[in-house]
Amino acid sequence: MEQKKHRSSILERRKEVLESLAGLGASIYDQLDTGRFPAIDMPSRSTENIAYDKQLRQFILGDRRVRRSSRNIRHVKPFTQLTWAAFFSNELSSQRKTSTLRDVYYSAQAYEMTFQDQQESNNIITDLETVLGLSREDFNIFPEERSAVFGDLTIEYTVPGYEGKTLNLDSHPDGVLIGPALTSSEFVKTTVDKVIAIEKGGLFTRFIEENVHRKYNAMLVLTAGQAPRATRHFIRRLNSELKLPVYIFTDGDPWGMHIAMVIISGSANAAHLRELTTPDAKWSGVWATDIVNYKLPTIPLDEMDMKRLNELQRDPRYVDPLWRREIKTFMKIRRKAEQEAFSRYGLTYIVDEYLPAKLEETK
Amino acid sequence: MAQTTFEEISAADFFYRNRDIAGFTNPSRAIFAAIRELVENSLDAAESLRIPPEIYVRLSYEGEASPETQIYKLRVEDNGIGIQPRHIPSAFGQVLFGSKYKLKQQRGTFGLGGKMAILYGQITTHQPATISSSTGVAKIYEYKLMIDIQKNRPLIMDRKVLINKEQWRGTVVEFTLEGDYLRAMPKILDYFKQTAMVNPYANLTFVDPKGRLYKFTRVTKDMPVPPQETKPHPYGVDVELLQRLIQVTPYKTMQEFLKNHFHRVGEITAQKFLEFSSLNPSKNPKKLSHEEIVRLMHMLKKYKEFLPPDASCLSPLGEELLKAGILKELKPEFAVVHQRKPATYAGHPFIIEAGIAYGGEVPKRGTFMLYRFANRIPLLYDEASDISMRVITTMNWRRYRVTPDMPIAILVHICSTKVPYKTVGKEFIADRPEVRKEIANGLREVARQMGHFMSKREHVDREKKRLGIFNKYLPKIAQFSTKLAGKEKLPDVEKLLASVRKYGAEEA
Repeated sequence: MEQKKHRSSILERRKEVLESLAGLGASIYDQLDTGRFPAIDMPSRSTENIAYDKQLRQFILGDRRVRRSSRNIRHVKPFTQLTWAAFFSNELSSQRKTSTLRDVYYSAQAYEMTFQDQQESNNIITDLETVLGLSREDFNIFPEERSAVFGDLTIEYTVPGYEGKTLNLDSHPDGVLIGPALTSSEFVKTTVDKVIAIEKGGLFTRFIEENVHRKYNAMLVLTAGQAPRATRHFIRRLNSELKLPVYIFTDGDPWGMHIAMVIISGSANAAHLRELTTPDAKWSGVWATDIVNYKLPTIPLDEMDMKRLNELQRDPRYVDPLWRREIKTFMKIRRKAEQEAFSRYGLTYIVDEYLPAKLEETK
Repeated sequence: MAQTTFEEISAADFFYRNRDIAGFTNPSRAIFAAIRELVENSLDAAESLRIPPEIYVRLSYEGEASPETQIYKLRVEDNGIGIQPRHIPSAFGQVLFGSKYKLKQQRGTFGLGGKMAILYGQITTHQPATISSSTGVAKIYEYKLMIDIQKNRPLIMDRKVLINKEQWRGTVVEFTLEGDYLRAMPKILDYFKQTAMVNPYANLTFVDPKGRLYKFTRVTKDMPVPPQETKPHPYGVDVELLQRLIQVTPYKTMQEFLKNHFHRVGEITAQKFLEFSSLNPSKNPKKLSHEEIVRLMHMLKKYKEFLPPDASCLSPLGEELLKAGILKELKPEFAVVHQRKPATYAGHPFIIEAGIAYGGEVPKRGTFMLYRFANRIPLLYDEASDISMRVITTMNWRRYRVTPDMPIAILVHICSTKVPYKTVGKEFIADRPEVRKEIANGLREVARQMGHFMSKREHVDREKKRLGIFNKYLPKIAQFSTKLAGKEKLPDVEKLLASVRKYGAEEA
């Protein structure tokens, strides 16, 4: 198997982040130093300025820009918060420390920068992402980790204290948490030829027990519900850097369907960001048509489910005939099924029968 | 010296049986009413001489009457006109014997407030009342009195004549009564505070049964112009008044009767009116039948040519004194007052004075504090039914940048020869269109001025806040960006801050 090494990507990215932050600081400093009220331009994130780009296969921001000026009484506070957030991120990145959104909220108080609530500080971080075109993970602000990965991939850490150390991701049978250390590591070598992303922890564990990674030569990724950004970025890297095809297995309901879609095409909330999507990933199941074909035990769709289906029907990401067919089928059968439903045919049925069939079908 | 005339009118028994009318409903109300009636008599007594009133009230505990009521001794001293010795027994021992049966703006109007209090004291404690008075002559006369209720006569128990070495002038009334001070206390204290508000030239002292001293000190010796006595206006008469006038008139013809007993009626007006109502000008008024009297009243109201009453019989407080009173008792940040021009309803002249006070020690209640006054006495009960309250609730206060959650007090004073009370309890003003209009206009005027004040203040506040924000954040932007850019020297934000200040000044 060809050995792939992508050492440059992580180091370069960090350099780029630090440069962007310093550039922003210099711009504000120079404006002040020349006796002007500093201002920052950034793309508008209002819904009118969010559009779905068919080429990129993700949401992007349009041409509308907003100017945040410290001259404006209503802007001066968020402007200061933004400057502080950039300063704080710079401290994190240059000291190679990580932080969470919650941390940011509290850290601000040490600088007498009060945020009214968590939402306000989250918004400022999103502003900073928009200004720099980088995601918060790039400047070391992470959400709570909950998703995991398992399979034959050797990575090399870049976090302080572990630089140069390597780890094979099949070394722990519970999988490895997709946290800051894994996110910032380089891919060294692998023998797998595909990625299987799974919505639920129970099935992820079953797949490991049943040796799916070996039988199908796959990396297993647990999204644990809606995949966090770090996980989406990680899947993208597996796909783009290692050229691995990605297959996504979710529950057979509108919510599971959308978990797959966000991994593939991203979300409107992240329209200001790139490299979080994996446009070539495939949703392999559980489809509405699978529910019919495999005669799975089902639960009726409730009102919320139906409402969600109606929303998805109008969503520009759901144009592909496969997606439209599945939405229609859901609406017709008005039933949903969980991944665990295959257990009615025995615990290994899903691995021995369903999985290979679907991998073949969505190849 | 002002002339005070006395005349006998009716009996005591009626009021003994109907003491609710005069406000002696229950032990707590009774003690409030007793204090109030005597204080108001004292204020009138001093004002009739145009000397700033000096009133001392002491309520002392005498013993238990029942688990809920106690016996108190009430003593009220004033520096008023005093009472001539021969009038003292009747003035305090005979109900409806009064000096208040002429038409001018008066505090009480029953002419029985003080006597009612003494009567109430007598029926609850069976003790005589002690009255000392001097008109400033060489002697002080002291009477111990009881009231013979059935005969409506004073019973003199004792009489003393003391030497008045210090030329003291005034009246002291002291008697015992049953009451419930603890429950009455809030109203009594409100009463003193509000009385002080509309009598800023008076010194009021109150010592309560616990020995606590409440002192309301005058801030001015200026007093309002006293009201002039006036005859009734033809539009305002009723059959009762006509009958009473006919009884006492010395005039033998209708022409003379009308000319001499009515306000705004002269030789020619009397003549024209008699033609209009086809009454014989030379008819003797005492010969009018009951039906003719009723008809006369209707014709008087129907005739359109009478001039409206003039307001010389009214004594409003005046804007200066009203403002002084508000500032003294409410200690607001800002106060504005307005006096309306005289108006009339049903032949009775009246004047509305309105005031509004903001901030300072005015409490925040979630609703406007309303202070109501009629002829310079506070109205403390039935606020919700009062016309002023209705006017306030229908006004669009947002227009004046005023909301009920602000610390705002509103004051409405009506003075009239006949205050349009809604009930005999005399606690709130009835909804008369003329009165409502005047109150509304008065309140609009003060609200408008309040609005100016609020918008100016808002502007100053906003500006202060705006500068505060720049002052707080610009240095932080400088601090963070310096570190972020990896520089050493902080950029100077003083010039930017100065430009914000200058910009702010331009806006103002």
